[in-house]
Amino acid sequence: MDTASETNEKRDLYTVIDDDNIAWLHFDKQGTGTNVLSAAILEAFYEELLELVERAPRGLVILSDKRNGFIAGADVREFTQLANHDEAVSAIQRGQAVFDRLAALPFPSVALIHGFCLGGGLEMALACRYRVARDDPGTRLGLPEVRLGIHPGFGGSVRLTPLVGALHAMDLMLSGRSVDGRAAKRMGIVDHAVPERHLKSAARALILDPPFPHRPSKLQALSNHAWVRPVLARVFRHQVSKKARKDHYPAPYALIDLWQQHADNERDMMHAEAESVANLITGPTAQNLIRVFLLQEQLKALGRGTDFKPKCIHVVGAGIMGGDIAAWCALRGMQVTLSDQSPERIAPAIKRAHTLFKRRLKRPRPIQEAMDRLMPDHKGLGVEQADVVIEAIFEDAEVKRSLYRELEPRMRKGAILATNTSSIPLAELRDVLDDPACLVGIHFFNPVAKMQLVEIVRDDETDSEVVAKAIAFTRKIDRLPLPVTSTPGFLVNRVLMPYLLEAVELENEGIPPAEIDRQALEFGMPMGPIELADTVGLDICLHVAENLGKHLNTPVPQRLRDLVNQGRLGRKSGAGFYQYKKGKAVKPALPKGYHPHADISDRMILRMLNEVVACLREKVIEEADHLDAGMVYGTGFAPFRGGPLYYIEAMGADTLLQRLRNLEQKLGDRFKPDPGWEYVAGFTDEKETHGNG
Amino acid sequence: MAAQPNPLATGRPVFVVDGSRSPFLRARGKPGPLHASDLAFQAGRALLYRQPFTPQDFDQVILGCVMPGPQEVNIARVVALRLGCGDRVPAWTVQRNCASGLQALDCAAQDIASGRSELVLAGGTEAMSHAPLLFSTAMVNWLAGFSGARTTGAKLKALTAFRPAFLKPVIGLLCGLTDPIVSLNMGQTAEILAHRFGISRELMDSYAVRSHQRLDHAQQNGHLDEIEVVYDHKGHYYPADDGLRADSSMEKLAKLKPVFDRPFGKVTAGNSAQITDGAAWLVLASEDAVKKYDLPVLGRVVDSQWAALDPSQMGLGPVHAIAPILKRHDFDSGDIDNWEINEAFATQVLACLSAWQDEDYCRDELGLEKPFAPIDEERLNIDGGGVSIGHPVGASGARIALHALKTLQRTGGKRAIVSLCIGGGQGGAMLLERENA
Repeated sequence: MDTASETNEKRDLYTVIDDDNIAWLHFDKQGTGTNVLSAAILEAFYEELLELVERAPRGLVILSDKRNGFIAGADVREFTQLANHDEAVSAIQRGQAVFDRLAALPFPSVALIHGFCLGGGLEMALACRYRVARDDPGTRLGLPEVRLGIHPGFGGSVRLTPLVGALHAMDLMLSGRSVDGRAAKRMGIVDHAVPERHLKSAARALILDPPFPHRPSKLQALSNHAWVRPVLARVFRHQVSKKARKDHYPAPYALIDLWQQHADNERDMMHAEAESVANLITGPTAQNLIRVFLLQEQLKALGRGTDFKPKCIHVVGAGIMGGDIAAWCALRGMQVTLSDQSPERIAPAIKRAHTLFKRRLKRPRPIQEAMDRLMPDHKGLGVEQADVVIEAIFEDAEVKRSLYRELEPRMRKGAILATNTSSIPLAELRDVLDDPACLVGIHFFNPVAKMQLVEIVRDDETDSEVVAKAIAFTRKIDRLPLPVTSTPGFLVNRVLMPYLLEAVELENEGIPPAEIDRQALEFGMPMGPIELADTVGLDICLHVAENLGKHLNTPVPQRLRDLVNQGRLGRKSGAGFYQYKKGKAVKPALPKGYHPHADISDRMILRMLNEVVACLREKVIEEADHLDAGMVYGTGFAPFRGGPLYYIEAMGADTLLQRLRNLEQKLGDRFKPDPGWEYVAGFTDEKETHGNG
Repeated sequence: MAAQPNPLATGRPVFVVDGSRSPFLRARGKPGPLHASDLAFQAGRALLYRQPFTPQDFDQVILGCVMPGPQEVNIARVVALRLGCGDRVPAWTVQRNCASGLQALDCAAQDIASGRSELVLAGGTEAMSHAPLLFSTAMVNWLAGFSGARTTGAKLKALTAFRPAFLKPVIGLLCGLTDPIVSLNMGQTAEILAHRFGISRELMDSYAVRSHQRLDHAQQNGHLDEIEVVYDHKGHYYPADDGLRADSSMEKLAKLKPVFDRPFGKVTAGNSAQITDGAAWLVLASEDAVKKYDLPVLGRVVDSQWAALDPSQMGLGPVHAIAPILKRHDFDSGDIDNWEINEAFATQVLACLSAWQDEDYCRDELGLEKPFAPIDEERLNIDGGGVSIGHPVGASGARIALHALKTLQRTGGKRAIVSLCIGGGQGGAMLLERENA
């Protein structure tokens, strides 16, 4: 091969040897903005390492040419293509072998880290003798594998615990959280956290005058001692159990077991790590979580179709929703004006914003910058400059209409007008506008800072350009856009409502609320429906139920009305279905010898699924996959089940339909199966089955 | 004092196009809710939002401030950057004690007149409640000795040198309000004026009551719409000057004891300017800038004057600064429609009014053949002043200039004089005009 063709052809990785005989190995995966470790790249890396051993440089520095970071992890798509356990084991062991080769290099090695250094990327860095991280907020180091239902598999769990002690290591791996360079330095994960201008000098210094590799403090080392591990493992298990159930999310528990049993022997632990990850990755939880992750990527990709770059946001209505939307936009770098009728109404939102910024940004100057971006604006000065005007006032069509009439002529050309309404169809709001096609719904969920999903509400009349802009805006503030039709309840509220109402019905029949919630949690919902109703506020639930009930022909339980009339509005009033002490629900113990009714979970979940099927049939969403993504990110629908449609498919649509029919016979119309069931994947026509049999 | 030419007469006209200020917040014995830079930022943010140009279009930002906090030493630059003026707009802080805000306007006006700038953001800010408590020099020396001690023995020895008296803090605010040359605090200079012009306690108290009544009236009638509401992080908002005592009365004021010359003095907390936090901004523009951005003109800066006098008589500074302006334009008191003479002390304004028509004073101190006509008190500080609104030293000059223009706009007046006395024995004054259609 001649040198000319070698230089012309851009490669995924290449090495440059400098005058000090230091090898600089650059990762630059072609055709993408992000480095990921596909199997092919790992092989190329291995080849490169072998060549380097031949050339015997003074040291090796691994770095990335990508702006956004070092290496963002393994190629998740490849995870879904593993046919069976054995294939998984051999793929993982291959990765381990590559990093073992790196760790065994006869000369010093440094990972030069900027931006994302996650999963396999950090595992590679851990296999180097030293690590240098850029000191800026954009540099994130972490092992987020648990979020995909697995744990580190390329030796990450084996190398991190002895490096920084079990407390830091397990904290990172069990939570999946990431840390910046400075925090990583504090923990001992990296040897230096320095600004960009010193990155290369730091790497060079480590190679030219190599110090002892980092060692944990005595106390940190003690945490890995054979006598200490069983005790700590119990603590870890207890902590994890508060967040995730073992039957739903086995990965963190497997990781704790792995560490407890094998931390004394690196080779054993490598083997066990590969086995453990292979078990997990071929199991349903990991496959479903990976599916959910890919669904999320799919929603994220929706925002790519336009070059709309909003900078100024004007929010009208400084209530909980409006105030929190404004704060979130400011946090994500937007210039925000928050207006309401008086400063008095805006001031509490400013306080909440400050609390959010303090929690998220921690350091004083970034907090001040965010506060400075959020202007309380009771005179409404922000309208003219806004790229996006979001209306988040109370649900009164007439008031909204007169507001739009005021806003529209003042808005700049190309700006979009969005409503955060959760219940009023766009058709009822837009006719006051000169350009009715420009109204779009951008429906946030409460709490805005926690709920990633945002429904983008449109109908046939909405200008598709405006919808594209709304989606681009949603991505710009790092939320997940889900396009839905402007039909009552859109997707999330519409599907949640029958589930909540059935829970109320069950409670009314005398089932203890704690039991109802327990069964929902067992299914995998993040919060029981009774507690959820209390948290949302029973008055709001009633309002939504009445509104949706009209359209969807769902009766509103009298019990809900009674509680609201008694002033028992849920958590905010101190009592709803539960009593609340210091904001926490007091859940009475179940009576002795109580045997739950078999139908409880089915009744709630099937009503939800029935509504899901109706939404699919009515094409509330653009694609079936969007429905699963929306339900997981909007309602917290058991992520390890991969979404409701996926769940229906896994369970068999005909089986579920039969159970629904049984319930219909027993309990009446509200269980009447939607006609859409027959078209759902996993439905096998009975006749056909008979024919084949 | 030699006669000076009007520094603005030969240059390009200088326009004021807009302005705003924070409410003035009375210090309540502890640091107030906002720093000087926060006040200036919040007062300016809404002002800039409503302009047809961007903050980067300014040629410079000038901010008066007497005591910026340690993290905001060139406070003008800090605030300019927070306001979005960008990396490339220079900003500087000016300090002429109580007239720092007026000094900022004067600097801006000069630069526009000379052609150096087209568009300038200028104002003043002060958070007097944030004035620092300082370690005494003795304490600092001791700390230096202690941390320099290397051996345990030396450390112990250094430790024994400690005296509890070292811990007594130096109150920055009191230092700032004391003249180091004549060793008098500002209140004592006011006592000197009261004595010199025979101003009674009753007269100053009734002046103070009127100041509160006027502010009350102004608030009730919406004469202070230049105020932008400010917000803190704790869910509070501050819509108005909170030093107002609408129920102020002679009886109540009579109960207060003198604070500066105890026990026989007359100057009390009730007839002095309040210790206050606040900020004010004006946008100054050349004719070109007015045309370029189609800016509404609030008024013109026509003339300005700085003067100096005996530091122990500093309260008479306005007399010395205003007289040359009126002379230059051949005006008498009646030609001025609106007067804003900052109320550092009730007695200090009253002393200025006395000196203004005192034949001896005008002849001996100002070199005038005859005194000016009396200033009509119905045209002076008509919406209250430092006694009721408060006097955040760096900000007041900008506040009175802005309010004088707003008053001309509201009342249809043509000319206003704004002036302040300055600790250390100076006075500053500015002549403003407005074309009323």
